[in-house]
Amino acid sequence: MGELFSQYNVLGAFGITIVLTVLSALGALVIGTVVAIMRVSPVGFLNKLGALYVNLVRNTPLTLIIVFCNIGFIVNLGMSVSDDFARNNLVWATIGLAFYHAAFVCEALRSGVNTVPAGQAEAARSIGLTFGQSLREVLLPQAFRGAITPLGNTLIALTKNTTVATAIGVAEVAGLMKTMQEDRPDLMVPIFLVVAIGFVILTLPIGLVTTHLSQKLAVKR
Amino acid sequence: MKFGRISVMAVAATAALGLAACGGGTSGGSGGGSGSVKVGIKFDQPGLGLKAGADYTGMDVDLAKYIAKELGYAGTEFVEAVSAQRETLISTDQVKYIVGTYSITDARKEKVSFAGPYFIAGQDLLVRADDTTITGVDSLAGKKLCSVKGSTSATNVQKKVPGVNLQEYNTYTLCVDALKAGNVDALTTDDTILAGYAAQEANKGKLKVVGKTFSTENYGVGLKKGDVEFCKKVTDAITKYISSGEWQKAVDKNLGPAGYKPGAGNPPTPAACS
Amino acid sequence: MSSVLFDIPGPKARARHRLIMIVSAVLTLLALAWAISRFAAKGNLEAAKWTPFLTGDIWVNYLIPGLINTLKAAAISVVLAGAFGLLFGIGRLSDNAAIRWISTVIVEFFRSVPVLVMMVAAFGLFSFNRVFEASINPLAAVITGLTLYNGSVVAELLRSGVGGLPSGQSEAGLAIGLTRSQTLRSILLPQAITAMLPALVSQLVVILKDTALGAIITYPELLTTFSQIGSYKSNPVPALIVIALIFIAINYLLTSAAAKIEARLRDKGRATIAKGTIGPPNRVDLEPVEEALIAADESVLHERYRTPDK
Repeated sequence: MGELFSQYNVLGAFGITIVLTVLSALGALVIGTVVAIMRVSPVGFLNKLGALYVNLVRNTPLTLIIVFCNIGFIVNLGMSVSDDFARNNLVWATIGLAFYHAAFVCEALRSGVNTVPAGQAEAARSIGLTFGQSLREVLLPQAFRGAITPLGNTLIALTKNTTVATAIGVAEVAGLMKTMQEDRPDLMVPIFLVVAIGFVILTLPIGLVTTHLSQKLAVKR
Repeated sequence: MKFGRISVMAVAATAALGLAACGGGTSGGSGGGSGSVKVGIKFDQPGLGLKAGADYTGMDVDLAKYIAKELGYAGTEFVEAVSAQRETLISTDQVKYIVGTYSITDARKEKVSFAGPYFIAGQDLLVRADDTTITGVDSLAGKKLCSVKGSTSATNVQKKVPGVNLQEYNTYTLCVDALKAGNVDALTTDDTILAGYAAQEANKGKLKVVGKTFSTENYGVGLKKGDVEFCKKVTDAITKYISSGEWQKAVDKNLGPAGYKPGAGNPPTPAACS
Repeated sequence: MSSVLFDIPGPKARARHRLIMIVSAVLTLLALAWAISRFAAKGNLEAAKWTPFLTGDIWVNYLIPGLINTLKAAAISVVLAGAFGLLFGIGRLSDNAAIRWISTVIVEFFRSVPVLVMMVAAFGLFSFNRVFEASINPLAAVITGLTLYNGSVVAELLRSGVGGLPSGQSEAGLAIGLTRSQTLRSILLPQAITAMLPALVSQLVVILKDTALGAIITYPELLTTFSQIGSYKSNPVPALIVIALIFIAINYLLTSAAAKIEARLRDKGRATIAKGTIGPPNRVDLEPVEEALIAADESVLHERYRTPDK
């Protein structure tokens, strides 16, 4: 197994996986929150726009979205961020992952908003808070706490889904795994175990932390 | 009643399992028969190997069919052989042989055996018709280049132009699109493939082949490593293909419309099997 | 639920909402128009690139065979994942600590490994050890990856479905003299499975989407046809868009079906576990387990769904 680590840059590939995960998680959280606010907002149009977004994105295979980020946004819309293809693809894979998982973040937040009793919203309104104020001061803080478990699960899914970035040539773990497998079919099982255990190491703490947090931060009612 | 529901579900699951197994069995069985042979070709290279509706056209397709006929198979069943997966397809027995712009290289010889060469091509560049800055591999510094994952062209150009800015896709058609869109400056691969794309209806007058090859690609028929007996039969078929004039006919028919003339050394003499 | 969050808008608010609507609509349209103009500038709106999709040729020879392969892999995976989930879901509820632990480790392991990694590994393993007839190795690998992951999800669903049932159910079963396994089989599981139904259907969407990963290991499913069509008709971008629309249409139908089933079950007064929102229909998540877990964890949420009058 040591052979694999000396011959291939396994840790470097996992590094890219982690970079993809962290950056797109942040992006997904921001975009998802915006879409969630759109979906509960009093403006019907924004509501529908948010629903359309969630339905389109959630029902499309991620591979397609990632490939489209390259040929749609980079090639057709000319939205390059760098002349260096490797960096460009990394950035657009991050954006694609962020937009895809934002739909799930939005749904998680909506389910979080629903854990907040109606009385809270009514109380917020009755003391004269506007829609924005009641979201900011009363509902969202509770919604985030109520949505920790689904948010954590989305983060776990995102970590695993970064492997799809290999479709546009981002040098992450799944691509390296394929190369290793083609070069060293004799080490098939160790290769799988290294990659699989790597992902277990990455995702297991997320699950543990979110379970702990969801219990600790649960709003007592 | 609740008991009943569960048993129904279990029965349905088992039934579906059985069906699934049957389905897999039949589709696998047809490959094992001596009737038709499974051949790997490219599905996305106009002039060489292209799935055109229900048919397959191209120079490689014609040779693949000829070999099957010479070896006594009743017909051919074509399987898509993407560049990066050709070795896997052969070593895992998904195809009997591959005729898919498959260059004979030492690295590949470690995994598969080759019969041939049956054609000699060279790596070249495809650029936009109005581009005069790219005249050959020496003028690529600072240019954006496109190629396909797992092809020799990608490795080769990285050796010739160190640190080249290379975009790799799974299929050339995306490269062609990116080239027309101005997102890359050149597409590099074998001149045969480039000529096929340049001659396509949608690309006529928009793209041109530079015409200065900077490598020699000996196309071979890929087959199972170490199967010398089969290799000899295929080699005989290729020799006959060339001597009977079928080779010239296939080249004229498939690459002629693109204005492509086979370079020096064509038609080649197939090497002996080892 | 939106009505809880804000007052019924008065004339001023309505005017403001209209303004917001108009501004955002104009911005959306501008962005769309810009995108379309860029696509047009790159020649992707030319009629010649789209007309092939109006001919039978492309559908009969590319899209429909691809779609059939996609559906085939998805259908087989669903059945196997159901069996896998039933087995290990019950395993996790077992009295025997060893069985419970083994099931837990298996389920947790396969839930944390990416589907793509499992597919690539299964493909390599099958191919080089000649497990199956060569031509079905890609299909077998796709099914293996999908089954292991989604089966684990189903096992989790089952566990939380049973865990979410009122404790009175199993107490009643034990009180009338059924053994623990009888109680599980004839009282708890039927209810849990019914409750899981919407989540199971929405898991189908996940499976269907994930079959697209098979493209990376030579499985000729719907997504792979795009490069073939693109080369044949020089229209990769339109091909990609058409394929995306097919996926979206099918998955949308499934998602709606899941919502309908859930609504029907709720009308009948049964608890469903794919929930978390009182919002409009059509909501189904990537990980229905999430909801299942909240449902199990947070009794607050749960009480909401129990119809009080029955």
